Amino acid sequence: MVDSSALFEYLLRLGDNALILGHRLSEWCGHSPALEEDLALSNVALDLIGQTQLWLNLAGEVEGRGRNADNLAYLRDARDFRNVLLVEQPNGDFAATMARQFLFDAWHYLLLRELTGSKDARIAEIAAKGLKEVTYHLERSRDWVLRLGDGTEESHRRMQAAIDDLWMYTGELFESDEVDQAMVREGLGPDFATLHEPWLGLVRATAEEATLTLPQPGWAQRGGKRGLHSEHLGYILADLQFLQRAYPNATW
Amino acid sequence: MYAQMVKTGVDHIQSKEEMSPEERAFQDRVDQDIKIEPKEWMPEAYRKTLIRQISQHAHSEIIGMQPEGNWITRAPTLERKAILLAKVQDEAGHGLYLYCAAETLGVSRDDLMEQLNSGKAKYSSIFNYPTLTWADIGAIGWLVDGAAIMNQVPLQRCSYGPYSRAMIRICKEESFHQRQGYDIMMKLAKGSSEQKAMAQDALNRWWWPSLMMFGPSDAESVHSAQSMRWKIKINSNDELRQKFVDQTVPQAEYLGLTVPDPDLKWNAERGHYEFGEINWDEFYQVIAGNGPCNRDRLRTRVKAYEEGRWVREAADAYAAKKAARAQAKAA
Repeated sequence: MVDSSALFEYLLRLGDNALILGHRLSEWCGHSPALEEDLALSNVALDLIGQTQLWLNLAGEVEGRGRNADNLAYLRDARDFRNVLLVEQPNGDFAATMARQFLFDAWHYLLLRELTGSKDARIAEIAAKGLKEVTYHLERSRDWVLRLGDGTEESHRRMQAAIDDLWMYTGELFESDEVDQAMVREGLGPDFATLHEPWLGLVRATAEEATLTLPQPGWAQRGGKRGLHSEHLGYILADLQFLQRAYPNATW
Repeated sequence: MYAQMVKTGVDHIQSKEEMSPEERAFQDRVDQDIKIEPKEWMPEAYRKTLIRQISQHAHSEIIGMQPEGNWITRAPTLERKAILLAKVQDEAGHGLYLYCAAETLGVSRDDLMEQLNSGKAKYSSIFNYPTLTWADIGAIGWLVDGAAIMNQVPLQRCSYGPYSRAMIRICKEESFHQRQGYDIMMKLAKGSSEQKAMAQDALNRWWWPSLMMFGPSDAESVHSAQSMRWKIKINSNDELRQKFVDQTVPQAEYLGLTVPDPDLKWNAERGHYEFGEINWDEFYQVIAGNGPCNRDRLRTRVKAYEEGRWVREAADAYAAKKAARAQAKAA
């Protein structure tokens, strides 16, 4: 039987990744390069907000202290957030947003695919729903890496810079700690190290087709999963949580 | 309305005798409620007026994304955030349908966007007011979308096919928008005293600008008369405004909020509410660019457009390369 506090922690990680990336994408609404992109980025953000609700509601249920997805999203401070550092990175230009999305989607896709085989039916069910959405997210972000990488000189330069910039946040995606290991032991989730090879294969093939060069393996920034974040997260939460903090116990 | 004071370029309404045979045949079709389709002959003034009206409407949808978009990252719950994001996304979709409808009249979306960005094209006065609190998101859905629906429902029957069909799609979504706005207001009105005060404050600030959306009285306007003859305008501004007031006042009462108009009273004889004088000076100032947010709205739009230019160029370049490769392969 898996330790419920480890499972809670694991579900927070899944939920927080979706929450923070969905939030970042929602910042684009009304500011993107074309109306079609306002629609598409919002679609992806909406999917991620939906996944957040499912993961965090389950986390609250597992925790058993009466907290729901909103309580967890709106009333925790930065040190209690468990998303990977990659998703909280600022939107930057459109290339940075799409590079971040592609690097994450490729991992997210592989992870959800594994989670559909989780021994916990609740996890498997959420993963199956999410996988359908993320399959499309990946198709779309991959397409933009190709278009920008192999588009104009300027778009190539911007996409290359974005990949170079974000690369150090990808190492964290494949590390396992005692929480992840507990999930592996109980058959609830995959060993993250096993996702690295298929992920790199997909990323490398895409980069090649997009005429981009992948950076050499180097130092990985890590800490998000344990609540050690960049300075960016605090500002995300300041926006996200403003009303809930300013008017405690109000219903909306 | 989303399109306000649209000029037709005419100085009087032609009688049937003054019309050319083509014009007469066109007007007969309109009179018989036969839809005009893009490839058919139409008077140049009709085409130009429609372009102005549809593009103004489209621009309003696009600029309208900003005041509400302002609260997407601060929406108070995950559900509210998803609903608001979906709503603003719908507005982008409406803009897209409308630009497409305008394109059937021989203009390009890029040209229309350039007109908006240069400040030459107009959009609805309402979107030049700021969203200061969460209650403003409720008030916009309830009042602004409510006012828009008043105008758009009859426009589903307008004479130009592509515009009419765009309106049918848009109206389906607008009624959901209005309900979500009213639902936000309801939650606030039944919430804490602070929330109730927030709702009242939003109503105070949005009421009069919402009434201005319908535009000044057009009973004497030759442009309105011509547009109505062409069936691209169905009701007068005053009719729609009255309808809006009659519908909205009981809703405010139900919320327990006070409409900020000391002259508002029910006239049983007329079966309508009487309401106070609208500050048209404010309206003309906002239209002229002096509203609280005109400059920010336009700058934000131009910034998004300019910063997106390299992306659009890259997408075009990539598509061209891909097509060239496919062609080389086929050869």
